[in-house]
Amino acid sequence: MANLYSNMNGSDIIITSRIRLARNIKDIPFPHKLDEDKSNEIIDKVYGTLSGDDLQGIGPFNLVRFNKLSSAEKFSMVERHLISKELISNASKSAAIVNENENVSIMINEEDHIRLQVMMPGFKLKEALNYANELDDIIEGKIDYAFDNKLGYLTSCPTNVGTGLRASVMLHLPALSISKSVGGILNTLNQVGMTIRGIYGEGSSSEGNIYQVSNQVTLGLSEEEIINSLIAVVGKIVDQEKAARNALNEKQGKELEDDLYRSIGILKYARMLSSREALNLLSNVRMGIDMGIIKDVKPEVVNELIVKVQPATLQLQSDKELSGAERDELRAAIVRDAL
Amino acid sequence: MLCQNCNKKEATVHITKIINGVKTELHLCEDCARENPEVNLSQPFGIGVPFSFQNILDGLFEVSGIEKKEVNDEIRCPVCNMSMEDFRRTGRVGCGNCYAAFKNEMIPLVKRIHGGVQHTGKVPKRTGGLLKVRRDIDKLKEELKTSIDNEEYEKAAEIRDKIKELEKSADNENNKGKGEK
Repeated sequence: MANLYSNMNGSDIIITSRIRLARNIKDIPFPHKLDEDKSNEIIDKVYGTLSGDDLQGIGPFNLVRFNKLSSAEKFSMVERHLISKELISNASKSAAIVNENENVSIMINEEDHIRLQVMMPGFKLKEALNYANELDDIIEGKIDYAFDNKLGYLTSCPTNVGTGLRASVMLHLPALSISKSVGGILNTLNQVGMTIRGIYGEGSSSEGNIYQVSNQVTLGLSEEEIINSLIAVVGKIVDQEKAARNALNEKQGKELEDDLYRSIGILKYARMLSSREALNLLSNVRMGIDMGIIKDVKPEVVNELIVKVQPATLQLQSDKELSGAERDELRAAIVRDAL
Repeated sequence: MLCQNCNKKEATVHITKIINGVKTELHLCEDCARENPEVNLSQPFGIGVPFSFQNILDGLFEVSGIEKKEVNDEIRCPVCNMSMEDFRRTGRVGCGNCYAAFKNEMIPLVKRIHGGVQHTGKVPKRTGGLLKVRRDIDKLKEELKTSIDNEEYEKAAEIRDKIKELEKSADNENNKGKGEK
């Protein structure tokens, strides 16, 4: 399966970089005010800008409508970070435009008419922004955006006006989680107009010690300024995670080693694994590889499993509808096979 | 027990809510629970309700000096018909024009959220018009200053010419705009 994690070259603290631009069409009410016909018109209009032949090597893009997908197929897209839960809850009026290698996804009629997202493995915020800007210009070539000289790009929620930019970096922070330092980071980030959240963004908790750091303020700063401060902040968090890992190794080296090997032991031999347990154990293994403690597991294998073990993506690997217990069994079998 | 929503599958997610002393129970199957916005399966123990924008909206209005009673609910946006009351309830405006229609309420709110109210970022290429040109000129002026500071006079002269060119096109654009009116 092509997913972002498996595209990574190794395991590292920084997993992916993501850029999201919120855009709306001029003089048309926002999605929550639209009926099905009007919503479909917008879907056609936006997809029309990206379905031509003159895209100069970008694309091709596929339009995904949710009424034809099973629940597992839809939620697997959420687990692969292509779409949000909110987009599915409005399935009859929404759509997504996705490219082949799944690093571009454009949600249509989520909270805003257009939510353009570019994801890249590793620490590549600037590259992702350039790519997003390119796509944004293509769409703007044919669609008039709701834009105000003072307030910038106008959005459904005032928290996104201005640049409409949410830049985020997904980080693997096991040592900071163990030392319960993430709360402290949250407080500090809030003071500089940024935030840290769980793996699936807004309102989600952290699973497998994966977090997203992103900007909160979207107005008054340019895109470059927002990204430069995010880069600086993420660099500091990475330093802290490294320091926490070293401290852990120095103070509790044997216990840490024991913990990491036990994790890989459970993953290799368990007959049933819940998604939470699997993600937490995989997180330990990932850290073990980074720290050079675990040597016989390839980081790519772990990265791919992080997506494969999640409930909906797992369901897709079976022909029949699975119960919770059957899923745990299949999950354990897949993990065993891979390791 | 069957799921209250689809009445097909076994209910495996049970939620008891007590709000202001009123108890409500919800029994759902896993699929329906996932589709239910009130349920957050990644937080099985429901560590508080996710802190949403609506939750803090009223608080922000208060510190912006806009009391609830002062807001005139008779005013509606001419494009989408949204009222201020709708916005307070949903936390979302109805269309781009709402920002202008409810300027007195929205501008202080936006300032509270972002700390500023002047967009300095990207401008639409095609429809940005004059603003786009002005942004480009500002950027070049900064570059000009740096190159003079670095005593790169040849580069500075090039940048100066570019600025002149852009200013000329801005003037043309400006006059064109006036002509149309």
